[in-house]
Amino acid sequence: MKRIVKQAALIAVLATAVASAQQTLINAAGATFPYPMYSKWFDGYHKKFPAFAFNYQSIGSGGGIKQVTEGTVDFGASDGPMTDVQIKEFRDKHGFGILHFPTVMGADVPVYNVAGINTDLNFTPEALAGIFLGKITKWNDPELMKANPGLKLPAADIIVVHRSDGSGTSYIWTDYLSKVSKEWETKVGRGTSVNWPVGLGGKGNEGVSGQVQQTPNSIGYVELIYAVQNKMKTGKVKNLAGAWVQASLGGVTAAAASSKEMPEDFRVSITNAPGKDAYPISSFTWLLIPEKISDPTKKKAIKDFLAWMLADGQTMTSALAYAPLPKAVVAKELKAIAKIQ
Amino acid sequence: MAATPTTVTTSAGPARPAPGYLQRLRGGDEAAYIITFMAAASILAITGLLVLELYTNSAASRSKFGWNFLFTSTWDPVNDQFGALPFIYGTVVTSFLALLLGIPLGVGAAIFLAELAPPKISDGLTFLIELLAAVPSVIYGLLGVFVLIPILREIEPYLKAAFGWTPFFSGPFYGVSLFSAGVVLAVMIIPFIISISREVILSVPGDQREAALALGATRWEATWDIIVPYAKKGIMGSIFLALARSLGETMAVTMVVGNDPKIKASLLAPGYSIAAVIANEFTEATGQLYTSALIELGLVLFALTIVINGMARLMIIGADKYKA
Repeated sequence: MKRIVKQAALIAVLATAVASAQQTLINAAGATFPYPMYSKWFDGYHKKFPAFAFNYQSIGSGGGIKQVTEGTVDFGASDGPMTDVQIKEFRDKHGFGILHFPTVMGADVPVYNVAGINTDLNFTPEALAGIFLGKITKWNDPELMKANPGLKLPAADIIVVHRSDGSGTSYIWTDYLSKVSKEWETKVGRGTSVNWPVGLGGKGNEGVSGQVQQTPNSIGYVELIYAVQNKMKTGKVKNLAGAWVQASLGGVTAAAASSKEMPEDFRVSITNAPGKDAYPISSFTWLLIPEKISDPTKKKAIKDFLAWMLADGQTMTSALAYAPLPKAVVAKELKAIAKIQ
Repeated sequence: MAATPTTVTTSAGPARPAPGYLQRLRGGDEAAYIITFMAAASILAITGLLVLELYTNSAASRSKFGWNFLFTSTWDPVNDQFGALPFIYGTVVTSFLALLLGIPLGVGAAIFLAELAPPKISDGLTFLIELLAAVPSVIYGLLGVFVLIPILREIEPYLKAAFGWTPFFSGPFYGVSLFSAGVVLAVMIIPFIISISREVILSVPGDQREAALALGATRWEATWDIIVPYAKKGIMGSIFLALARSLGETMAVTMVVGNDPKIKASLLAPGYSIAAVIANEFTEATGQLYTSALIELGLVLFALTIVINGMARLMIIGADKYKA
C-alpha cells in the first residue's frame, strides 16, 4: 500500500514537472549586432513570464531575412531594413506582409592608429569618403590637415581596414558614405558586403580593431559598443549641421530624433541626420514580424513582448551601451503593434 | 575512387559456390561484406549528394556567368557581379606556399624521428607532434596574428633585400598577406606530414634496411636510397592529406590573409581564399544570385581539390615511368 502511494506521488510530481515545462517556445533568428541586448531582453521577459521562452539564433541579418521568409522562425531580426524586392518575396510566399519594429540603435565609429597622434582626430564626410575610395592616400592630405588644424599629421600612406565578413556594421558605414559621396554611391554602393576599392579585410569588430592596432598609419571602423567596451580612441565626425560630434549614445538617439518624418513602416535610414547633436553614422536595428501569426498563443506572446520591450526593455539598453529609441518612435511603434493580426 | 567499390560488387558476388543464403549470412562473411560495403557506399553517397547539392543550388550563378565565373575577378555583391579568379588564385598560392615550406620540413622531421633519432626522443617528440595536429585552427590563426606577423614584420626587410628584385617580394607589406597565410598553413600541415610519414617509414620491413646495410650501404644511404623510396607512396599520401587541409582551411587563413579579392604577383600583398570568403560572407548574403555565387565557389573549391590532387598523382606516375 505504502509503495503504491509512493508511486502515485512520484507520478504526480513528474506530471506537474511536465506541465510546467510546457511553455510556449518562440523561435527567432537574425542580426548579431543586437544579440547581447536581445538575449538580455528575452531572458528578462522569460523570468517575468515563465510561460514564454525565446530561442534567438544570431546567424546574421541576411540569415534572419531568409529564415523568416521561409517561415522556419516566428520572427526575424536585421540590421538593415528589408528591400522592396525582399518584402514582395515575403508577400508572394505568405499572402501577407511583414512589419519592421526598431528595437535599439547603434553607430559606427572611425578608429585609427597614426604615428605621433594621441588626440581625437576630426573627420569630414569628404575625408572619410576620400580615404575609403582610395583617393586620399596620405595622412597629411589637405582635406585632413584642414579638419585638424595644429596637428602634425605624418606624410605616411593611409592603410584602410574594413570588415571582411558581411555585417550590419558595414551596411551602416557604406550607407553613410553613399549619402555623403555621390561617387561612393555610384561606384561602390551600400550593402553588408561591398566591393571595397581599397583596404584590408578584418573579420569581425575584433579583427578590424586588431588590424588597426597592429598596422601603423591605418584607419578602420567598428561598432560604437565595441569601441566603448574596449575604451578605444575614436574620431569625431562632422555632421550635416556642421558640428564635430564624438560618437555617444546620446548622439545616436539625437540622430534618430532629428531624422526626417518616420515612415509608417519604420524602414528608414538615419545616417547623416540633420540635428545639431546628431551623430551622423547611426542606425536602427529591426525585428521583422509577420503581419499574420496563426498560433494565438504565440501571437499574444509576441505582441506582449513588443509592448514590454518598448517600455521596460528600453530602460535596460544603456547598461549594454545600446542607444535607446527616441520617445516619438516608441509611441509610434506601440500603435503599430495592433497591425499584427 | 568512384570505380573501386562498384567493381568489387560485380566481381565478388557470383563467383562463390552456393551453400544457401542464410547459411552464408550466419557464417559472417556475407554479413561482413554487406556491412563494409554499405560503409564504403555511404562515402560515395555523401560525396555524390554534396556535389549534387552544390550543383543545383548554384544554378542561378552558373546560368548567369557561365565559365566566365572562373576567369573574371570582380566580386561586387551590391551590383551582383561575381568572379572567382582572385579566390582561386589566393587558395592555390597559399596552399602551394604551405607545401613548399611544409614538405621538406615535414618529411625531414619524419625521417629523423623514424630512422635516426634515439627511440626515447622520437616517442616524446611524436607525442608533441600529434598534440599539434589536434590544435584547433583558430588557435593557429591567433598565433599567426599575434606572434608570426610581428616576426614577419622583422624579417620582411631582409626578404626584400634578398628577393626584392623578383615580383614576388615587392610592394608594401601590411603584415597580413598571402605569404603570412602560407606560413601559417605550413605550420598547420607539418604535423600531418610528420606523423603519417613517420608511421609509414617505421612500417618498412626491417630486412630491407638490413639487406642494404649488409651490402655495405651507410646508415644514411640505407635510409635515403632504400627506406624512403619504399615508403614513398605513404609519404605522398600524407602530403595529399596536408594539401587537402590547406586548400580547405578557413579560419586561420582568413585571420592572416588580408581578405582582399585582388590578384597581385607579390606574396607580400593581401589576398583571399575560397573557403575564407564563403565563411565570411555566407551568413549575411541576401539575394538569390549572391548566395548561389557563394555556393558555386564551394563547387569550384571541390573541383580545384580534385584537379590539384589529380595533377599531383599524374606527376608521380610520370616520375616513376621516367625513372624506369
